[in-house]
Amino acid sequence: MELYASLQVIWWLLLGVLLIGLAVMVGMDMGVGTILRYVGRTDTERRVALNIIGPHWEGNQVWFVLGGGAVFAAFPLIYATAFSGFYVVMLLLLWSMIMRPLGFEYRSKLASQGWRNMWDWALFISGFVPMVVFGAAFGNLFRGVPFHFDWSLTSTYTGSFLGLLNPFAILCGLLSLSLSVFMGAVTVMNGAEDVMFTRARGLARSAAIAAIVLFAVGGFWVHGMTGYVMGSNPGAGVPQTPLQQTVTQAAGAWFANFHAHPALWLVPAIGFAGLLLGLLAASARRSHLAWWLGALAWLGVIGTAGVALFPFLLPSSSVPAQSLTVWNASSSKLTLTWMVGFAVVFVPLILWYTSWAFYVMRGKVKAADVVADEHAY
Amino acid sequence: MHDINVVDLSRLQFALTALYHFLFVPLTLGLSFLLAAMETVYVTTGKEIYRKITQFWGKLFLINFAIGVATGLTMEFEFGTNWSFYSSFVGDIFGAPLAIEGLMAFFLEATFIGLMVFGWERLKRGQHLAVTYLVAFGSNFSALWILIANSFMQTPEGAHFNPVTMRMELTSLSDLIFSHDAQAKFVHTSIAGYVTAAVFVAGISAWYMLKNRHTDLARRSFRMAVLFGVLATAGVITLGDALGFIGGQAQPTKLAAMEGLWKTEQAPMPFNLIAFPSQKDQTNHGEVQVPYALSLLVTHSVDGTVPAIDALEQEATQRIKDGIPAVEALQTLSAKPGDVAALDQFKAHEKDLGYGFLVQRYAPDVSKATPAEIATAARDTIPQVAPVFWSFRAMVAMGLAMLAYFVLAVIYTMRNRVERKRWFLKLAVWMIPVPFLACETGWLVAELGRQPWTVYGVLPTWMSASTHSVGYMIFSLVGFVALYTVFIVIEMYLMVRAIRRGPDDHAVTLPHDTLHADRLAGYAEG
Repeated sequence: MELYASLQVIWWLLLGVLLIGLAVMVGMDMGVGTILRYVGRTDTERRVALNIIGPHWEGNQVWFVLGGGAVFAAFPLIYATAFSGFYVVMLLLLWSMIMRPLGFEYRSKLASQGWRNMWDWALFISGFVPMVVFGAAFGNLFRGVPFHFDWSLTSTYTGSFLGLLNPFAILCGLLSLSLSVFMGAVTVMNGAEDVMFTRARGLARSAAIAAIVLFAVGGFWVHGMTGYVMGSNPGAGVPQTPLQQTVTQAAGAWFANFHAHPALWLVPAIGFAGLLLGLLAASARRSHLAWWLGALAWLGVIGTAGVALFPFLLPSSSVPAQSLTVWNASSSKLTLTWMVGFAVVFVPLILWYTSWAFYVMRGKVKAADVVADEHAY
Repeated sequence: MHDINVVDLSRLQFALTALYHFLFVPLTLGLSFLLAAMETVYVTTGKEIYRKITQFWGKLFLINFAIGVATGLTMEFEFGTNWSFYSSFVGDIFGAPLAIEGLMAFFLEATFIGLMVFGWERLKRGQHLAVTYLVAFGSNFSALWILIANSFMQTPEGAHFNPVTMRMELTSLSDLIFSHDAQAKFVHTSIAGYVTAAVFVAGISAWYMLKNRHTDLARRSFRMAVLFGVLATAGVITLGDALGFIGGQAQPTKLAAMEGLWKTEQAPMPFNLIAFPSQKDQTNHGEVQVPYALSLLVTHSVDGTVPAIDALEQEATQRIKDGIPAVEALQTLSAKPGDVAALDQFKAHEKDLGYGFLVQRYAPDVSKATPAEIATAARDTIPQVAPVFWSFRAMVAMGLAMLAYFVLAVIYTMRNRVERKRWFLKLAVWMIPVPFLACETGWLVAELGRQPWTVYGVLPTWMSASTHSVGYMIFSLVGFVALYTVFIVIEMYLMVRAIRRGPDDHAVTLPHDTLHADRLAGYAEG
């Protein structure tokens, strides 16, 4: 394969890695936020839950920031078109997310119950809303989004805010939410004891079952859905604009890649296996194992979406020929090359010191320690 | 097509959210290094007081840091949500430093800040010190990459326009990173952060000395801060001068606006100390001038000249005329990629493409642009002079005032007299807002002075915005104003409270460990 085309595929894969990293790391913290008021009934219990992720949420959140930055750098047209097209949804996502740093940092600074309750609700919203939006955004990729370009590639979005909240998108949003609740719950199991552990275990099991059902229903739904088929185009690894291709729509087209390459069925199988085994591991109180299986489930679920859509990244429902793909939305060869270089150097380094940070803070969070520690959240 | 009201509202929103974010960033940049310095003293001397000092300022650091992180997310979203054409047009270049910022800086800063806060008991002293330094390096690296990105907007280097993909593309990453503007801007801005932190720490320490509280902590913190501050302020002024020198050559319209230069004059040119520029009359009212000073300040020589607005407007008129064929050719190429005649025409006029875009605001079909429309577009190349002129003077005046303040502070603290100079301690408290305002005015000079371009000479602001409706923009503006107002009230309250309580305040626990609302909701404990 030609170098530029390989780089485009590598960045498509790296984008997948970043989205999975985001879903696993940020998703677990947001899951804890979502279930905070359930697993923690007293103030000390809630502080225990917050302090389990306290040392790490900030680093984890960078997966989200980096995900955005990488889309910007590697697929600028996607970043530009999706962020502006999904304007209202993006703002709801942003506004819910920016409450989170303050929620962690400010919540336990005052002793007032009303104050802490307010921040607990803020942490709930900033866990719940972003994960639903994250999944719903994926759902809309399957249906296509109404946007088109003029001659200069200025994009115009012609849909409404409510159009993005269609039933399939909501299903995907709930799938993403249940995966994040599963990860949040097993994270609490990792760090808490006794009654909180028991509550989290119950939640983890329910969330895993919900995710299995939603993933399966989603699969059947996509099977009957009208997908997009690439017609004539300049081809992979050829510098181009999205104005030079033809695209048709066909029912069941999103399964074409699986039919063409049956080995790809492994990807959704990994998703189901991760969830089923994760359910068993959580039931067996093996929460660390369940965490890794949950991460595997994320890989399977996001991987399934990516594989089904390939080479599409953001299909246009109003002008399908202007759909954005891995080939027409990527950065130049030089930029992709440099970015691969930086990723190769820094991602292992990041994984190494992140692991060290988790190693330093390993073990259970004890209620008495949280109350006594003046640095605790 | 772009609605100019939407462009203006998008600019307003970006300016408000960026200025707001930039209230918290400089303190993070500087205080992270001050914390590292304080902890270094603790680790090397073993004196407990320095641990207490580090932890106290660390607490204030975190209150500020949280809101900086939160509002920083907004910035990353806004390029895509509100400046989508900008993002796709220069994303090939501009996206790279942002992604590298994430890889190299944010992960470092954010991963280790968790250990900095929670790791006091779990890490060895040396390890914790290393962690604190890594946080400082992380936050300063992030400033480096974001300012490299910003410098591309000011003086685009290392990129060219590719007519095949209809966008700007990277030609040299090293040209982008090592542009003189980027280097000078990084040092100027990050050191401005050190000044901010120094004034902040010195001011709060002075308040404790005035109240006769925590005097040991306050005296030591004050001394460290003002020594750090005097060096940093000298650095900020030196680099500001360098940045003016570099930026002035690269962005003559910004320089002309900063200095209120309407008419071309002979060297040696006088400096407008005070003036009331009028955009309408294209002149200044009530000028107070210092002879020779402008040539000396800007060109560092007596016979240097600085191009004035009248000449720059004339030059822009010509470039707009030359840019029109480039836009025409590009329109052809968009429909028929590889059209040889269009490609030749484009190559011949490529360097003025951005100027061609300028007139497209008034003449959507550029081939029909009238002389009047070209003249209007040429006039657009001059930024609003009065706000740039005054922001610049305010910034410089505050910088010089802080230098004088720090020089005095160093003298007093070295002679151990500062506690007896109550007027000076009061002044130190009143100085706290000054560096924050200076940073904000610095942003205004840089970004208002860059108008009407998002990428100077390459991409006009009017084209860069997303094609939203006015209703969407009002929705988002109202949301930001509401949310950010609540945030600043909470942040200021917590900050002032933490300062009032001082270093001996410990984490608070609810007296009755059950949440009232939960009792009402009838949760029972199992």
